[in-house]
Amino acid sequence: MIEVYREERERFQKVKRFLSNGKVLFGGVVLLLLIFTAITAPYIAPHDPNEQDITATKTPPFWMEGGDTNHVLGTDSLGRDVFSRILYGSRVAMFVAVVGTFFAGLIGVILALLAGYYRGAVDNIISRFVDIWISFPPILLSIVLMAVLGTGLTNVALAIILVDWTRFCRVIRGEVFNIRERDFILAAKAEALGNFRIIVKEVFPNIIPLLLVLVTLEMGIAIIVEAILSFVGLSVEASIPAWGQMIALGRLYIHQAWWIMVFPMMCIIMSVLGLNLLGDGLREVLDPRLKVMGMK
Amino acid sequence: MSLKYITKRLLYMATTLLGVSIITFVILRVIPGNPIVMMLPPQATQQDILELKAQYGLDKPIPVQYVIWLKSVARGDFGVSIHMKQDVMELVMERLPATLELVSGATAIALILGIFIGTLSVMKKGTYVDKLGSLVAVLGLSIPDFLWGLLFILFLGVFWQVLPVSGRIASTYTIETLTGFFLVDSLIKLDFRGFSSALLHMILPAFSLALPLTAIVIRVIKSSLLEVVKEDYILLARVKGLSERVVVFIHALRNALIPTTTIVGVQFGFLMGGTVLVEIIYSWPGLGKLAVTAIITRDLPLIQGVVLVLAFIFVMVNLVVDLLYTFMNPKIRYG
Repeated sequence: MIEVYREERERFQKVKRFLSNGKVLFGGVVLLLLIFTAITAPYIAPHDPNEQDITATKTPPFWMEGGDTNHVLGTDSLGRDVFSRILYGSRVAMFVAVVGTFFAGLIGVILALLAGYYRGAVDNIISRFVDIWISFPPILLSIVLMAVLGTGLTNVALAIILVDWTRFCRVIRGEVFNIRERDFILAAKAEALGNFRIIVKEVFPNIIPLLLVLVTLEMGIAIIVEAILSFVGLSVEASIPAWGQMIALGRLYIHQAWWIMVFPMMCIIMSVLGLNLLGDGLREVLDPRLKVMGMK
Repeated sequence: MSLKYITKRLLYMATTLLGVSIITFVILRVIPGNPIVMMLPPQATQQDILELKAQYGLDKPIPVQYVIWLKSVARGDFGVSIHMKQDVMELVMERLPATLELVSGATAIALILGIFIGTLSVMKKGTYVDKLGSLVAVLGLSIPDFLWGLLFILFLGVFWQVLPVSGRIASTYTIETLTGFFLVDSLIKLDFRGFSSALLHMILPAFSLALPLTAIVIRVIKSSLLEVVKEDYILLARVKGLSERVVVFIHALRNALIPTTTIVGVQFGFLMGGTVLVEIIYSWPGLGKLAVTAIITRDLPLIQGVVLVLAFIFVMVNLVVDLLYTFMNPKIRYG
């Protein structure tokens, strides 16, 4: 009974520690908001994102002269509601962030565990491949890949996975190298546990804090990459509203209707800022060593 | 730093480039959209297509194509651009100075701003100056360069039209290119109006690229300064009665510059291949813009040329950074 109580208490303190970090709190709220809009966009959007109204193109936001509360954030050059498109755009952002990050992380982590644990030839091969892969300029590589794969939502995620798995692989390999030297791994070896079991049960749990930080950062990067690809016209199909596309369109009308470009830009900036702060905060909470080192 | 180490690194570099070229070659060969068909008029016959394919060597199996390409590259011949009908190396060399000038400008800005803000933050630790520095760092890292670019255009090019937002120089100037670097060329010719026009055109794109890098420099300077100030020799300098400013700037900063050089060097390599969007936004006639045009027009020889040149610069910069690091920090000896 007392045991249970203590566990509860410890868990409570852990949660409190996370929430008392302002960065984690802010980033967490941004992330939750993103997830919420991505899921509920069809229910909360006031308009169909593709509904055109050629009698009301480039309507300014409601607080400006000529604005209309029917279109809170104004309309674009085809008379589509900017606010509704932004809400729907969060779905693309969340899709690439979640799917892209998950698989990039999966590939990167598996290869890093193999390279860091087995070392020797395995590590040489994997590390060489990573070195070659990162010598490609990443933005150009993603554009080339999109030209090869063709536009579309899944292909954007695929391009992000193919370009960014190295980020996970490089960082985590180093961490595995260190963990492998620690006593509990030697102890597990002495107990004659199989390599696979040691990797899964002993090594992997120890890279989770670092992995969490990398995941939040990568989600921000994925959102940016989608915007970049949209910008050069190689992202999702034109019928799917995405923030990058809205920015690219808004840039053409920057002199007459700044709001077409600015609001989706704010969304990208806020999302990436939130995710970066979340990563930063997690690092502070999960790894107190860094605080001592003055890396705050 | 032994000769053996340098040779080893050079070999390593060569194999990396070989790997890059093989991967590019394979990826590009599965690209849909046949460049040959795109070049010919719609009424072209199958025979025309085959002939043109043979002319560019695209009718052979991929490994054979690769060996042929590699042989000519070894002779310095990167082939002819399908779309622009011009020598690939010539095209690349025409655009390289524009990108190099922009990236150098951005790096210089980032170093100056980053070192200044970083040092100031450490000296005024805990005050609002420090907090402001952290804010700059967080914003710099969270807003990608092309969004900075668009924000600058909106505020400084549209709302208040204070700075030019397109091209490298005003269209009324023609600068005779000697080096291809407009700032250098105009100075050689003592053309100061041309120089100021080129400089003004560079400010916004260079700052767009510089801000994310500035954030990185601030962080590195801060963390390494905080490390260094705990060392004995800094204590000694303090005991000697040197002023805080001398201690931080002369003694501590000198050591903090080692990790800064490493990181800025690596970032310089990344930036060379990362100017694509900023070049598009500011109509900057550099390598990034050339690369995107090449990709969209399926210009295989040109894509290969640009990617290989950028990869070459990337590994070269990394090699120099590594050697510099070993040189600056004699504690490290490589076998």
